[in-house]
Amino acid sequence: MSAYSGPAILVEDLTRRFGDFVAVDHVNFAVGQGEVFGFLGPNGAGKTTTISMLTTLLRPSEGSARVAGHDVDRDDAQVRQAIGIVFQEPSLDERLTARENLEFHAVLYGMRRADRLPRIDDALRLVDLQDRADSIVEKFSGGMRRRLEIARGLLHVPAVLFLDEPTLGLDPQSRRSVWQHIRSLREQTGVTVFMTTHYMEEAEFCDRIAIIDHGRVVVLDTPEGLKNLVGGDVVVVTAPAPQALADYLSDQGLEPSRRNSEVRVEVDDGARFIPRLVRGFPGEIDGASLRRPTLDDVFLKLTGRTIRESELDAGGVARDRMRRFMGAGGRR
Amino acid sequence: MSAAAEHDSARDARTPLTEVGPQSGRTAMIAGAVGIIWKREMLRWWRDKPRIISSTGFPLIFLLVFGSGLSGAMGSLIGGGAQAVNFEQFIFPGIIAMSVFFAALFNAVSLVYDREFGILKEMLVAPVSRAAVAFGKTLGGATVATLQGTVVFAFAPLVGVRLSPLLVLQLWPIMFLGAFALSSMGVAMAARMRSIESFQMINQFVMFPLIFLSGIFFPLQGLPAWMNVLVRINPVSYAVDPLRRLILEAQGLPDAVMERLSESGVALSIGGQQISVALAIGIIAVFGVVMNVLAMWLISIRD
Repeated sequence: MSAYSGPAILVEDLTRRFGDFVAVDHVNFAVGQGEVFGFLGPNGAGKTTTISMLTTLLRPSEGSARVAGHDVDRDDAQVRQAIGIVFQEPSLDERLTARENLEFHAVLYGMRRADRLPRIDDALRLVDLQDRADSIVEKFSGGMRRRLEIARGLLHVPAVLFLDEPTLGLDPQSRRSVWQHIRSLREQTGVTVFMTTHYMEEAEFCDRIAIIDHGRVVVLDTPEGLKNLVGGDVVVVTAPAPQALADYLSDQGLEPSRRNSEVRVEVDDGARFIPRLVRGFPGEIDGASLRRPTLDDVFLKLTGRTIRESELDAGGVARDRMRRFMGAGGRR
Repeated sequence: MSAAAEHDSARDARTPLTEVGPQSGRTAMIAGAVGIIWKREMLRWWRDKPRIISSTGFPLIFLLVFGSGLSGAMGSLIGGGAQAVNFEQFIFPGIIAMSVFFAALFNAVSLVYDREFGILKEMLVAPVSRAAVAFGKTLGGATVATLQGTVVFAFAPLVGVRLSPLLVLQLWPIMFLGAFALSSMGVAMAARMRSIESFQMINQFVMFPLIFLSGIFFPLQGLPAWMNVLVRINPVSYAVDPLRRLILEAQGLPDAVMERLSESGVALSIGGQQISVALAIGIIAVFGVVMNVLAMWLISIRD
């Protein structure tokens, strides 16, 4: 690998417009070498557009980005040589075997034959697919395909590995296995990982996270730092008269938020707060739960919406996604 | 020990992965990419048996239905009523051409599939020039199409056409050239196309006039003036014509019959001047190169 020692990714005022719509709006961040960096936000927030620009598939409308020291617009060939990508949508050839898919990739990246063969075996081993090397990909489960794509992304020893929603559409078990593999490959290869996700649980595996909403970076910090923004505990109380409960909590100097029959509130010490609330609140209380803040709470705090709600208002994007999904569904 | 060396040895300790040597040179890389994209087309075709079977059955049906069905009515039009060449023999080279060109144009739909299934993205983010992607795709499509045309050779005995090994060796380059031209055109059409449905529509809209106005199904005599012009500006005509002439000439017909054949519009002529086989091949080659450059350019546009 080159002697380049600057940031793995450096983004300055990166902007992309589609007509009047600003998908990515003057975004700035830097990712250090060897870091696992997460881009978290609802569908339609601009995550895939950003990753498309960083991987040279889309050109920026404004601003600049450097990946492994190369400008994504001017030196796109060097950038492409330096990166591995796992796209959001599957991109394997289902009629080829696992090994043929990797071979195809290795040749496109100019790997010499002598390097190709051992490296393909290594990559298959890293994602536990060595036994299925010569099976046609059509027969693979979703999790196996994803793992094969990750192996493919690493094949040519990239400096930066991009993962766009690496576990989208996988069942929880496959999702865990994909995550294990991402972590172990990071330990074994030291590659920089840039990933997008809209799963809060996943974002917690990252060293640092940028939360993106409406094309802008809302906040950028470590998972711990982000959770400290919320502070203390999150208590969710259900009551037959939630508005009365919310008003009561406001009177106590807290900042409750109500969704249907649930009232959610952040407090310093939840274990002491709940009994006090039950004694003090004049109305009825059906139940109360207590948890440590999650990144979902952070997102709610910063944007006033949960990730799920943001996805519901991203109607146009959801429709577009649906259309693509239906198109892909009619393939056989 | 320098800090960098220390870093490297630490990395070795953690890394069970094989280190990778330098990349191939630029030319080797482009050649490798074209080769692997070609190989992928071949593997996909070979594994798609229903496609091979149906594309074999299709020309057979055409040969039987059109050839036998129309031979009574058309027979007398060819060869000045001498019956030296029956309509089935006349149409046989046309069916070869049709098989090749259908396959070449239809194969381009795989580019739209590749876009839809993400494989095109995988190729476009590779550090290889996009022109190489277009070229590999075209070569693969042209090879598949030539093979499918070759399958039609098997039906020659059914219509009383004799094919010698020498004749086959003469036909293959022409079939491949025509396949390359139409495959390039298909890839150019598919390069910016986002849905399979719209590609199919446009493909048919372009393909049928090209096929029907190329002399595949009827002799080029006594055509209305407008059709005469269209046939002569249709590049496909120049691929059909040499195939037909080579095949008919190899049937050992008497010279007198051959002469009547060209008078009756079997051979392509412009202003009374017969187009030589070499010129026809030149025309289709130029068309192929222009289409291929267009395909390379269209696929190289970044959004």
